[in-house]
Amino acid sequence: MGVSESYERGRNLFQSNPVGFVLGLAVLILMLDLVRQLVTGELDVARFGLVLKAGIMRGMVIGLAGIGLSLTYSILNFANFAHGDYLTSGAFAGMAVSYLVAGKFGSEANIGALLLVGTGGSVFGGALGVGVVTAPAAVLAGVVVAGVATIGLTLLVDRYVFRPIRDRSGIALLITSIGVAFVLRYLILFVFGGSKRGVTAEQPSLSVGVPGGAIEIGTHDVALFVVAAALMAGIHLLLQNTKLGKAMRAMADNEDLARVTGIPTERVVKYTWILGGGLTGVAGYMFVLWKGTLGFFDGWLLLLLVFAAVILGGIGSIYGAITGGLVIGITFSMAPIWIPSAFGRAAAFVVMIVILIAKPEGIFGGTSTA
Amino acid sequence: MSDTEVEADPAGSETGNESRALEGASGPDEREEVSLRVEKLRKTFGGIVAVDGASFAVESGTITGLIGPNGAGKSTTFNCVTGVYEPTEGTVYFEGEDITGLAPHAVANGGLVRTFQIARELGEMTVLENLMLAPKNQRGEALWRSLLPFVRDEVVEQERDIRERCWDILDFFEIDHLADEYAKNLSGGQRKLLELARALLTDPEMLLLDEPFAGVNPSLEERLLTHIHDLQAEGYTFLIVEHDMDLIMEHCEHIVVMHQGKVLTEGPPADIRSNEAVIEAYLGGDV
Amino acid sequence: MSAATDWRDRARRLWDRDPVKVLALLAVIYAVYIALGLAIGFEIRGQINSIATLTFYIGVFGILALALNLHWGYTGLFNIGIVGFMAIGIYTMAVVSKPVAETASQIGGLGAPLWVGMIAGMVAAAVLGLLVALPALRLRADYLAIVTIAFSEIVRFTLLSRTFQEFQVGDRTIGLGGGSGLILPFNPLQSFLDVTRLNVLQDALVALATPVIGGNADAVVNSMLYGVLLLVVVAIYYVVLTRIGRSPFGRVLKAIREDEDATKALGKDTNVVKTKAFMVGCALMGLGGVLWYMQSGAITPNTFRPRLTFFIWIALIIGGAGSNTGSVMGGAVFAAALFQGPRYLQNLVESAIEVDAPSNFSGAVAPIVDSLTLNPFLFYVIDNVRQLQLVFMGLVLIWLMHNRPEGMLGHRKEEAASVSLTRPPAGQGTAADGGRPDTGGDANE
Repeated sequence: MGVSESYERGRNLFQSNPVGFVLGLAVLILMLDLVRQLVTGELDVARFGLVLKAGIMRGMVIGLAGIGLSLTYSILNFANFAHGDYLTSGAFAGMAVSYLVAGKFGSEANIGALLLVGTGGSVFGGALGVGVVTAPAAVLAGVVVAGVATIGLTLLVDRYVFRPIRDRSGIALLITSIGVAFVLRYLILFVFGGSKRGVTAEQPSLSVGVPGGAIEIGTHDVALFVVAAALMAGIHLLLQNTKLGKAMRAMADNEDLARVTGIPTERVVKYTWILGGGLTGVAGYMFVLWKGTLGFFDGWLLLLLVFAAVILGGIGSIYGAITGGLVIGITFSMAPIWIPSAFGRAAAFVVMIVILIAKPEGIFGGTSTA
Repeated sequence: MSDTEVEADPAGSETGNESRALEGASGPDEREEVSLRVEKLRKTFGGIVAVDGASFAVESGTITGLIGPNGAGKSTTFNCVTGVYEPTEGTVYFEGEDITGLAPHAVANGGLVRTFQIARELGEMTVLENLMLAPKNQRGEALWRSLLPFVRDEVVEQERDIRERCWDILDFFEIDHLADEYAKNLSGGQRKLLELARALLTDPEMLLLDEPFAGVNPSLEERLLTHIHDLQAEGYTFLIVEHDMDLIMEHCEHIVVMHQGKVLTEGPPADIRSNEAVIEAYLGGDV
Repeated sequence: MSAATDWRDRARRLWDRDPVKVLALLAVIYAVYIALGLAIGFEIRGQINSIATLTFYIGVFGILALALNLHWGYTGLFNIGIVGFMAIGIYTMAVVSKPVAETASQIGGLGAPLWVGMIAGMVAAAVLGLLVALPALRLRADYLAIVTIAFSEIVRFTLLSRTFQEFQVGDRTIGLGGGSGLILPFNPLQSFLDVTRLNVLQDALVALATPVIGGNADAVVNSMLYGVLLLVVVAIYYVVLTRIGRSPFGRVLKAIREDEDATKALGKDTNVVKTKAFMVGCALMGLGGVLWYMQSGAITPNTFRPRLTFFIWIALIIGGAGSNTGSVMGGAVFAAALFQGPRYLQNLVESAIEVDAPSNFSGAVAPIVDSLTLNPFLFYVIDNVRQLQLVFMGLVLIWLMHNRPEGMLGHRKEEAASVSLTRPPAGQGTAADGGRPDTGGDANE
């Protein structure tokens, strides 16, 4: 009885949502294979824990950055290709301040070198002790400045680049945003130099013993998780409980209608950038703090993954962006269990392409923000 | 409309007849009694039922009206018939053939051509380019033919024929002075004319017009109606969705009334005018 | 008075011809380059070399902008994965045409003739284009953009991966070379000149150039000739694409760009047409990749980053999407002013004065703060021209989108028809139709 019933249920599910069914089946098979590998010892628990942790961490960053992208995508109706470089900008601004604070405002090293985040190996984050435990004030200042500076940047760019052509098509804005991305990325390269540098000092970590080794949980793992989760919760409360949140949701659904019903759209747009920019800047900073290196290409490399997350979750949905971020992050990190590690990123892109083709409205459906 | 009339009608019919001859399409004498038959058509979007088991038929050579209050399911029916939507249930027959679920271009190529409620002119193309696009079986639409040197002569020759037909139809609709204008610069009414002209150039058997008079000034409306009647005399069949009751009553010989996704009633204008249910539907709903 | 207006009239009519516009633009570009070189006192060898490099980039950007114009300008397909198709083109060509490896440790190819490799490269790019097109062409423009750019990155990851670094086909070792790339032992120019017997011309030019620029003139002459060859390819692309654009096929493309649903309603199978146009454009991009890199000696995957795609987009937007003439001119302007120009200026400055650039930004700014000395900053700018030029490109793109989205030529009316669309004279019927003699290359008459 059980078999035929579940067969029947499976058939109904397949008919109502064939793509979801196939995807679900694929995930199920992979999960089963994962269990098999863990049981047979083909994959030891320590490595699995490590990649899972890396996936979740990356997913939190992508999700946090994705909220900002998703908000602007749905409210301003264009795919912002400069978003990745907003991440980079936040990371550099925040790190410059962290260096400055950790370097005691120039007393420990040349102030220019500090502000340029140790360009050309002039000063090292490790030597300055940049990190949550070793220099909490520096990190705190860094987080705040990363957010604030990115908000300032997004507002500035919006005022002079996007606002004058607000009425044009999404494609015109998209192309323009590519111009913005070029300007930001290569200005950062021009000012801060091209070297990929280590920016953090060794931090204490907790080692959890598991079969086949141990899983390290570092201070910065915890810091990233806490900051990202707190901000996600904060934006949830904001969008659910304030008038602004309601207005933003209305605009995401239908801008013309929102305008007619008297929602001050330019003001909503401004708050959208403020929210999106702040989250994105902080995401960029926390990402760099977590992985310990900083380069001018970091945000751009993350951008397509962020797009993948936003599309996966459904443009306009912040929960979708968070879930999408985790799915993409975990896919990226776990794919090397099955395929060559060079294709981790490719696997994440393939997931995105499949979603775009099969369910372009995303797994969370509609456009409603929050 | 009888078939003999079609063949006997010389006036203003150059375009239609010539085009048929050009394509070697089946003559009107082979046509079915009923052009379009819709049976138990049903279309749902998620949980919303837009069309709920509508059945009706359009006889060949008639101007049939499709009316109903807002949300009655007229546009959805149109889209199901023309292949834009796939019906959830039901069948659509055109000239005796089952065309349910065919792609829009296949429906159009079968001779059932539509216009849109909001005219869909190709804005960055000139009026003539818009028209040149329409004829079927253009040899040059195969990529290789437009490139290879000798085969291309055929294309150029056919282009000349098509150009002539386009100029003829521009004259017929009296919009030849607009030939070189970008379609986006046309007035609302001119766009409707352009759309009708473009649809005619595809050599249709039947035309589905979605609110062809919306936003058209009275004198142009008069002209459009004259053209439609002229074309009917040539043997074309029309199904027209329209809000303006008086207009439909005056110009259609058969009327289908839809309400809440169903066909409420159908018949000649006189019957419809006095039908209690129709009056109820229009007064009850928001017209 | 009438003579003057007559002359002006004639000049205007001359200017109306598109080839004249292109040639005039090229003349201006070359004149500026030569004048700058002369003003700074650049030596003649360097001068000719820089002109050859410039010609090369005018050629490749023209070729690729034309191919992109078929996608975006004509059909409205937002492809930002160009670089992926270029990479597929040149990598396929390399695998097919590289000589068979002599030892097992070398990565060899299949040893086919160059032209077979080039065709294989185009076919591979077209097939991959089909693979992308089948699912993706029905997507919204911005989704298609994201899919294509993700696709081009997947191509790059594949080229980078060790998985395909080398493998065996029969007893032959072939492969994509992984991160270290592939050596390309081709000399396409010489092969071409030998086959067409144009090597006589080459020899003559070398003999002519040797007294002027000294020994080893053939290197300079060859790079110049390759540039000219690319310009010939540009002309071929132009003619082919203009034909496509003016054909009934091109008319359907244009209609799809304007309103796909309306085009379907007129009985056009838009999916098939779009797929064809996409594949043709991809093949042309693949060939563009081949022509760009086949003579470069080696290729590595990281050359094929998305920014190259955006270069081509900027070139097309400068020229104006939708116009082939604009595409060529945009390619030329991009190559001369944005791509090669800043580097050329850097060369000129460095050859004229000793540039003692600070190693980082603080070294450049500190003197301004300390003692109002501007020189270190300027030197830093000159030294980092390659980064700054990308900033400049971004600014130009933003400016264009704000002020001139239709491109440098403004709005152009280019009718999509194989014949002139003016009303044919009554009575004479169709026989007296003259096609479009003034633009050339269309109506076969």
